[in-house]
Amino acid sequence: MVEFWKLLKSAPFTAKLGLLIIVINIFVGVLAPVISPYGETEIVGAEYEPPSEQFWLGTDNLGRDMFTRMNYGARNTIGIAFITTALAFFIGSVMGLMASTLGGWVDQLLSRIVDVILSIPTLIFALLLLTIVGTTIPGVIGVIAILYSAPVFRLARAVSMNVVVLDFVEVARLRGEGLWWIIIREVLPNSMPPLVAEFGLRFCFVFLLISALSFLGLGIQPPTADWGSMVRDNATLITYGEFTPLLPAAAIAVLTVGVNFVVDWFLYKTSGLRDDH
Amino acid sequence: MITNNGNGSEKGDVLLEMRGLRIEGQSDEQWHEIVHGVDVTLRRGEVLGLIGESGAGKSTIGIAAMGYARPGCRISGGTIKFDGMELTTADEGVKRKLRGSRIAYVAQSAAASFNPAHRLIDQYSETPIQHGIMSKSQAESEAKELFGRLKLPDPDTIGYRYPHQVSGGQLQRAMTAMAMSCKPDLIIFDEPTTALDVTTQIEVLAAMKKVVHEFNTAAIYITHDLAVVAQMSDRIMVLRYGDVVEEGSARQMISEPQQEYTRDLLEVRSYRKPEAEDTSGDRPLLEVSDVTAGYGNKVMILKDVGVTIHRQRTVSVVGESGSGKSTLARVITGLLPPVKGSTIYDGEEWPRSFKERSRDQLRRLQMIYQMPDVALNPKQKIREIIGRPLSFYLGITGSAREQRLKELLEMIELPHSFADRLPSELSGGQKQRICIARALAAEPELIICDEVTSALDQLVAEEILKLLQRLQDTLHVSYLFITHDLATVRAISDEVVVMLQGRVVEQGRTREIFKPPHHEYTDLLLSSVPEMDPDWLDNLLAERQARIARGEKLAQTADN
Repeated sequence: MVEFWKLLKSAPFTAKLGLLIIVINIFVGVLAPVISPYGETEIVGAEYEPPSEQFWLGTDNLGRDMFTRMNYGARNTIGIAFITTALAFFIGSVMGLMASTLGGWVDQLLSRIVDVILSIPTLIFALLLLTIVGTTIPGVIGVIAILYSAPVFRLARAVSMNVVVLDFVEVARLRGEGLWWIIIREVLPNSMPPLVAEFGLRFCFVFLLISALSFLGLGIQPPTADWGSMVRDNATLITYGEFTPLLPAAAIAVLTVGVNFVVDWFLYKTSGLRDDH
Repeated sequence: MITNNGNGSEKGDVLLEMRGLRIEGQSDEQWHEIVHGVDVTLRRGEVLGLIGESGAGKSTIGIAAMGYARPGCRISGGTIKFDGMELTTADEGVKRKLRGSRIAYVAQSAAASFNPAHRLIDQYSETPIQHGIMSKSQAESEAKELFGRLKLPDPDTIGYRYPHQVSGGQLQRAMTAMAMSCKPDLIIFDEPTTALDVTTQIEVLAAMKKVVHEFNTAAIYITHDLAVVAQMSDRIMVLRYGDVVEEGSARQMISEPQQEYTRDLLEVRSYRKPEAEDTSGDRPLLEVSDVTAGYGNKVMILKDVGVTIHRQRTVSVVGESGSGKSTLARVITGLLPPVKGSTIYDGEEWPRSFKERSRDQLRRLQMIYQMPDVALNPKQKIREIIGRPLSFYLGITGSAREQRLKELLEMIELPHSFADRLPSELSGGQKQRICIARALAAEPELIICDEVTSALDQLVAEEILKLLQRLQDTLHVSYLFITHDLATVRAISDEVVVMLQGRVVEQGRTREIFKPPHHEYTDLLLSSVPEMDPDWLDNLLAERQARIARGEKLAQTADN
């Protein structure tokens, strides 16, 4: 714990800022029901009311409180993005590590499947798959996780390729260890830093993709509050020079920047990359 | 300070003078001093040898002679005067003009220092053209002349090849030519022959010595091998932990070293194993016969190779790089199933691939690797590294495993507290000890040692060899020693197998192999090992010249 504070103290300003943004977002998301004045889908006022003492950030196209929706949006969007990213990483890393450790036809087969997934533009592929599986939340999570496991597979395979050729992996093979032992005990721990950093970056992409899908109407469905669909619902206001629809958009942007700040710092810390090299 | 008595004292005026040089290195965001006030004086045409173990600061000092510090290092004190010019305060532009044209640098790995995308001659010409000293055609004709002086084959055309098209020894000579291209006043050689085979090393050393003398260039020669530096240098400086231990002329240093540490370095190759009785009648522990193996199906690396190892014996396999000795180890362990031939262990024929061998068979044959850094998982503690074979093969767990771990650590002469450390917290020699303990944990009968001492400093390597010998005496294990270092062979083995281009050219008991008459290749190999005699290289070259003049054929190395 002491070490953690020490580490935090030595972090550059941008990383501290990024951490602060992430902590605030998690805080708001977890405590949404407590800190919000109204219910998530409760219609409490007239449509498009300007900010006032009653509605801090105004109301949306149906007369729901924007501030409340923003809080619940944090919970839903970030929560779903996190679960999706975690799932994508689980699938991608396991497959990638298996491909590099086993090599041969397993590697060929998995790599070619991934090539196919990567050759189709993600958004279009996602839209296509979502029309097939339906736009439920598990559907969205599943589709995006599979699509994003492809680049994770690539990274995991590339990183672990450099590890599996090292002598200690050969020692384990010669000892007669099984595949899982080699992957989990020998290869994975030595491939972690790039994967963790990539997790942060991928999280941003997943988060943006979910928002984009919601904006297009195929992501998280109303009345669930979500930043992407909130932008769409209130998009007409942009024509009138109102800033309300920009609030969820800004929240998306700020969180993305914050995560990137932290990832940059982490990469700098773990990869040994220094400015003078 | 300048103790120029003996050979090579009549040199020119002072070219380089470093006074009270202090260099700091950064680790964990803190600066630590790694060179503590060293004085170096070098005259024109003089060759100074810097010798020491890794971490002695020899490369750092060598590089500082260019007024440069590696990333993560800084020159924190002292003066560096090159030909009257102060380099510590000179600005980058001035120093850049000096480098390449007046000071040149030859790195350890020529392969990593050449750009693989350009022809050798273009890379040669780059510096003189850049510094505006020569035109392109002038540079090219000079290059050809210099390639000839360095005894490169086909000097007129070799320059038009790419770096991957020439051998390691040739590349190192091309690198020397490149350093010579502007006729610099000072060349810094940083371990230029360390990565080469002994037979190749000779040619590179001879070529470097020749051009340095012909152009009267001053040089700093950095190495960890006292025998090599004795051939090259007029004066030797012994360094340890960033301090000068001793300084003097090469001859004086070899014949009457003043300091304990220098004497240790000199005696490093004197260890000899007592001769064991003849056991050739007993059933061998391992019998590999008629093995032919290769990668893919076309080129065979090993051709009809056979090796026999008896219990409690050490068999060494020697040869240059590319002779197939490491491939032989891979065949025996089953990593590379051979096309033809058999592996009989203790009277029982083993499957060719390790995947088909039983857990007990795998246990009985263990391996120790060349690079302890990559042979140990950096994320596992020593307890886990040594403990795993105990529970995996022998089913020992809990407090019994901890007890056994303690015993194993005692065997390799490390305290029990090391169990909680990570490999990164150990020195190179300690890491290799851990590798030995891991192999011993499986209680094998045979351990294959693949160049186990070549990544270590000489004094540490000697300790490891002695440890292996003590372990053999108490545990009765056999070793198959794969090495290119004949000093190691002589120190530890009962029998020797000499390999050349995938074939066994000679094998027998160590004493007999080292006694003439030899097979002509064994002779070449043996005579190429540097000796602690400043005249050794000159005498050897003269003798080989004479033999050629008499019309005798010399064995070819793999390199030329």
